[in-house]
Amino acid sequence: MKKILIALTLALTLATFAYAAEPAKAPSAAAPAATTAAPTVAPAASVAAPAAPVTKIKANKVITIGMFSVIIAITMGVVVWAAKKTKTAADFYAAGGGITGTQNGWAIAGDYMSAASFLGISGMISLYGYDGFMYSVGWLVAYITVLLIVAEPCRNAGKYTLGDILSFRTEPKKVRAVAALSTVAVSTFYLTAQMVGAGKLMQLLLEIPYQAAIIGVGALMVVYVVFGGMTATTWVQIIKAGLLMTGAALLAVLVGLKSGMNPLQFFNDIAGSVNIQDHVQINLLKEAIKTEGFDYGQRFLEPGLLMKNPLDQISLGMALVFGTAGMPHILMRFFTVPTAQAARKSVIIAMFIIGGFYILTTLLGFGAAIHVTPQGVAAVDKGGNMAAMMLAQKLGGDIAPVVGDLFLAFLCAVAFATILAVVSGLVLAASAAVAHDIYVNVIKDGHADQHEQVLAARITSVFVGAIAIVIGIAAEKQNVAHLVALAFAVASSGNLPVVVLTLFWRKFNTAGVISGLVVGTLASIGLVMVSPNMTYPNKIADDAKKIYAPLEKKQAEGMVLTEKELKLVVDKKAEEAKNRGGKSIMGLDKPLFDLKNPGIVSIPLGFLAAIFGALLFPSKRSEDMFDELYVRQNTGIGMAKAVDH
Amino acid sequence: MADKQYNWSAIAKNPKFLELHHKKTTFLFGWWIFSTVFYFLLPLGAAYTPTLFKIQIIGRLNFGYLFALSQFFVSWGIAMYYAHVANKDFDRLTRELVDELK
Repeated sequence: MKKILIALTLALTLATFAYAAEPAKAPSAAAPAATTAAPTVAPAASVAAPAAPVTKIKANKVITIGMFSVIIAITMGVVVWAAKKTKTAADFYAAGGGITGTQNGWAIAGDYMSAASFLGISGMISLYGYDGFMYSVGWLVAYITVLLIVAEPCRNAGKYTLGDILSFRTEPKKVRAVAALSTVAVSTFYLTAQMVGAGKLMQLLLEIPYQAAIIGVGALMVVYVVFGGMTATTWVQIIKAGLLMTGAALLAVLVGLKSGMNPLQFFNDIAGSVNIQDHVQINLLKEAIKTEGFDYGQRFLEPGLLMKNPLDQISLGMALVFGTAGMPHILMRFFTVPTAQAARKSVIIAMFIIGGFYILTTLLGFGAAIHVTPQGVAAVDKGGNMAAMMLAQKLGGDIAPVVGDLFLAFLCAVAFATILAVVSGLVLAASAAVAHDIYVNVIKDGHADQHEQVLAARITSVFVGAIAIVIGIAAEKQNVAHLVALAFAVASSGNLPVVVLTLFWRKFNTAGVISGLVVGTLASIGLVMVSPNMTYPNKIADDAKKIYAPLEKKQAEGMVLTEKELKLVVDKKAEEAKNRGGKSIMGLDKPLFDLKNPGIVSIPLGFLAAIFGALLFPSKRSEDMFDELYVRQNTGIGMAKAVDH
Repeated sequence: MADKQYNWSAIAKNPKFLELHHKKTTFLFGWWIFSTVFYFLLPLGAAYTPTLFKIQIIGRLNFGYLFALSQFFVSWGIAMYYAHVANKDFDRLTRELVDELK
């Protein structure tokens, strides 16, 4: 039965890619920057750019599909092997506690680094220089919170899910139900953003239809999780992290060689690039005429080209620093190792991989700016998502054209593996919350034998995966960039406060968990709904007017417009007419809340709600049980052995 | 394993546990606050002291770039230091406590 299903899925996925091999009928639409978690929408950087000849990236289909098939084949091998080992609930959710610290470190890195960090951040650096690099820092620093505050206590006091930790000294049913809802909410937001990003990316790289890409990715992720559980998911993440680091390191070496492996020369090359200087002057600083003596190249290495609002920056930083430690799919990784020491080791290894990766990303981003030029990057994708890919093709191609094709195909395969690893982790986390917390512990009162538990987990995973595919297809045309901000906002404002207070505050209790989770989650969602992340038709109308008004003025002054300019005026007027007077989803003309990241408001709200809730409804039992939880989380005494019963 | 009943409040009052708890709390929250403050200096500095960030230190490399790069090394440094202290002190205290309870 299992083998038939695996074979079916394999066939389906390969068919998807074979379909892709046919000459593409669907022209790849100008892909929005759906895969980036960029805090600011990229302005149309290509508008003033000199005529860029390349507007598409062309991957060699045969080589690319070959590499995809190799990855699919290897991961399927892993699934078959893992499926044999997955017999109990502990096997399914926590790989039987049999993952070593080093393996888990690679898996955490694989779980965490999404296509957005790989493609999005290098793109941001190639277009905005320094600010893109600064943006990447928070993603590593976030792991200090994971290391110092949550990793070891969670290993010592937890079992499979967030609900296990939170329900330890509270009324389990209520708390598990609310915790599961919050986990499902965070996972759904993040998963939707990843799925849509995956669809757009595959569409752009392979020119396959969006739906086919989503179904292909979705089918694979369901197979990994359903048959292989945590063991297969872990190994997919490890393989992905290895591929990602290899790809980034190879490309970084090629970039380095171009500058004679000399860092100072590298920065001279950046600042000395005429294309970068023009890009900074015309596209970023919007100066039509060069200011004499101003060093536009050096300006690329200074802050302030992308991030204009420091408050938004700080708010994003808070969401990362508090949110990463509250992400259910990251927390879940700590239940796969046998001891607190292994959990500690795994975070430290993950920190070196993730940090090393972001430093390499800087080289890739700046390298793309030098060798592909910001104008070239923006011509293919306004958000810069293709920067690393284009760089690979260019630098590989400088050695020999076939090397360029091979390298590009390899990076496409890396991006594909990256997507698979992240979405599998999310599906597993969401399924664990539904099957373990809601079904086994709320509905069945914890009375379910191993067979039933694993069956429930598998059925749930199929449903979660199917829903993710449906949402992914439905959200094709939606603006999903805010969903990443939303996922981190909910994790930082809802999950993290209650985890920390459960572990460290004696007076914390059921009322505190529920009020903290509910207020933190609702505040995050509410603030994002009225934030600049949403689409405001009047703003689009205003922007359209800003473009055609000067052209009309030129015309009124008697100048003749080119055909292209005339068409632009007509298009933009139509765009204005279509959007003028429209309202956002919330019925607003303009954002009520000015920040894209709500953390700075919602995190304190989440903490306050949790604290007040606990103080208003004190619970003697929760206070009495604090000693037990506190001793357990600090020492691991009486630890729930992952290999239970 | 599950059969053994512990007297949790007694363990919580055990001098060994109190020592462990005290050392850990000071270390963890102290370094967490340090790393957080150090991190937020980056966006704050970039926004409010751009002249400082623009000063070129080595060749084209400016203060802002080196400061952002230093965030990586400081984070790794804290992680390594924590591992060192935890492996040496916290794990030893925990082991002694567990042995005492046997």
